[in-house]
Amino acid sequence: MNLFDIIGPVMVGPSSSHTAGAVRIGYVARLLLGEPVKKADICLHGSFQATGRGHGTDRALVAGLLGMQTDDERIPVSLEAAEKEGMEVDFWAVELGDVHPNSVKLLLTGTHGKRLELVAASLGGGRIRVCELNGLTANFGGEYPTLIVNNQDKPGIVNEVTAALAQEDINIAAMQLYRSKRGSSAVMILECDGEIPKEALGRLGGLPGILDVAYLSLKEAEE
Amino acid sequence: MGFHSLEEIVAKTKEENKPFWEVLLEDDMSDRMAAREESLEKMNHMYQMMKKADGDYDPRLTSASGLVGQDGERMQEYLRNKRHMSGDFIGQVTARALKMGESNACMKRIVAAPTAGSCGVIPAVFLTYQDTYHSSDSEMVKALYVAAGIGMVIAERAFIAGATGGCQAEIGSASAMAAGGLAFLAGGKEEEILHAAAMALKNLLGLVCDPVAGLVEVPCVKRNVIGAVNAVTSADMAMAGIKSKIPADQVIDAMRSVGITMPSALKETGEGGLAATPAGTKAAEKLKKA
Ligand code: SF4
Repeated sequence: MNLFDIIGPVMVGPSSSHTAGAVRIGYVARLLLGEPVKKADICLHGSFQATGRGHGTDRALVAGLLGMQTDDERIPVSLEAAEKEGMEVDFWAVELGDVHPNSVKLLLTGTHGKRLELVAASLGGGRIRVCELNGLTANFGGEYPTLIVNNQDKPGIVNEVTAALAQEDINIAAMQLYRSKRGSSAVMILECDGEIPKEALGRLGGLPGILDVAYLSLKEAEE
Repeated sequence: MGFHSLEEIVAKTKEENKPFWEVLLEDDMSDRMAAREESLEKMNHMYQMMKKADGDYDPRLTSASGLVGQDGERMQEYLRNKRHMSGDFIGQVTARALKMGESNACMKRIVAAPTAGSCGVIPAVFLTYQDTYHSSDSEMVKALYVAAGIGMVIAERAFIAGATGGCQAEIGSASAMAAGGLAFLAGGKEEEILHAAAMALKNLLGLVCDPVAGLVEVPCVKRNVIGAVNAVTSADMAMAGIKSKIPADQVIDAMRSVGITMPSALKETGEGGLAATPAGTKAAEKLKKA
């Protein structure tokens, strides 16, 4: 927390958890998908479901999916903006079980057919946590440039990836590994201190044993 | 940030012979590895956005639930036309606090200070102070550092969210921050700043968070008024030489322990207090059906 978490952020109201946090979740999901969203199924859980409409959580999530940030004055009219851009949105009420009360599950399809499934929670003060990515456990807040690697679960792959980052002189702030079942596919989540250049991402994606690479850049966020 | 208590900040002002606001500016520079100019520019941006949000108030809007809206304009109209009891300064503070609270509820752009629910307190008193006493923007920015420092210590020692500490943690903290900032603007030194903040927080100790239907609307909009008005009177008391018998850091600790003991029905769950009144539950049910 710094001084500008106290005076700030500049945001569209009414609630840092139900509005600003929801925009962040949509925005992070949009970046992880890596292409514009064509179809979004938005499944609201708990307090997001109960008081979401009054707080504009629905519009906030869609705004984020359209690439808007928390201070964008178009947030209140994001549903109309989505319609204009041909983004199809459906809302569902769901019970996700033992998760944070401000949670949402997003099922996204991109304009080029990419798919993403994500469960995220809004923790308060506009901070968020991605808890599940494509069916696998995850735990990151989108505060660092984040690399997500989907790979075969076999020896040596972690080494490969960290070596590639070391070559770019990128320091890893935190790293997590998850897998669905031994020997199948696994997910590696690396939060980095610096941005990973595009070419390096391309090279990473081409390494043996790596199925897919997603990257959350904060640079893009500032543009 | 490096400060766990307001006393620590005061000690540093003495050690380095620097004003309260500058100690916080320097702390922000080292915390975010930012240049002096960058930090000042960012704080100035926050102040300009507060002004803009105040100016952008739309008197036609009501919130999506229909519970709040248009009262800021109503108050402004009353100040223009009728004899009012509050006097011009407090009258204007009241109108501004209502407007900002309503803008937030109506999904307009605001500056959280410290939270979105309490976003009207600091702008209401700061903008009215500047209008009345013609302080420069740079003085106002310094006062924002003072307010931010108080808020940081409160967040560090206690909490600033209604869900964790009740409304005393949101509106109470905003009021303490605003009171300290006002005392600085009025020429107060460290001592007055701390007494103003301490008295403001003391006066709102125990305030529960009981929003109707769980929305940041009722009672939130009007709570911004009490936070703002209380900041003005607390700063005036401090400038008159009146002291808080309980030191500011200890008041913050008391707020924390009151917040912890507060039942969860009174911490933003929308289950107790005003939310649980017949009128409150009726409003909530109507929304559910809509
Ligand atoms: S009642 Fe609760 S939600 Fe409303 S302003 Fe106070 S702390 Fe915030």
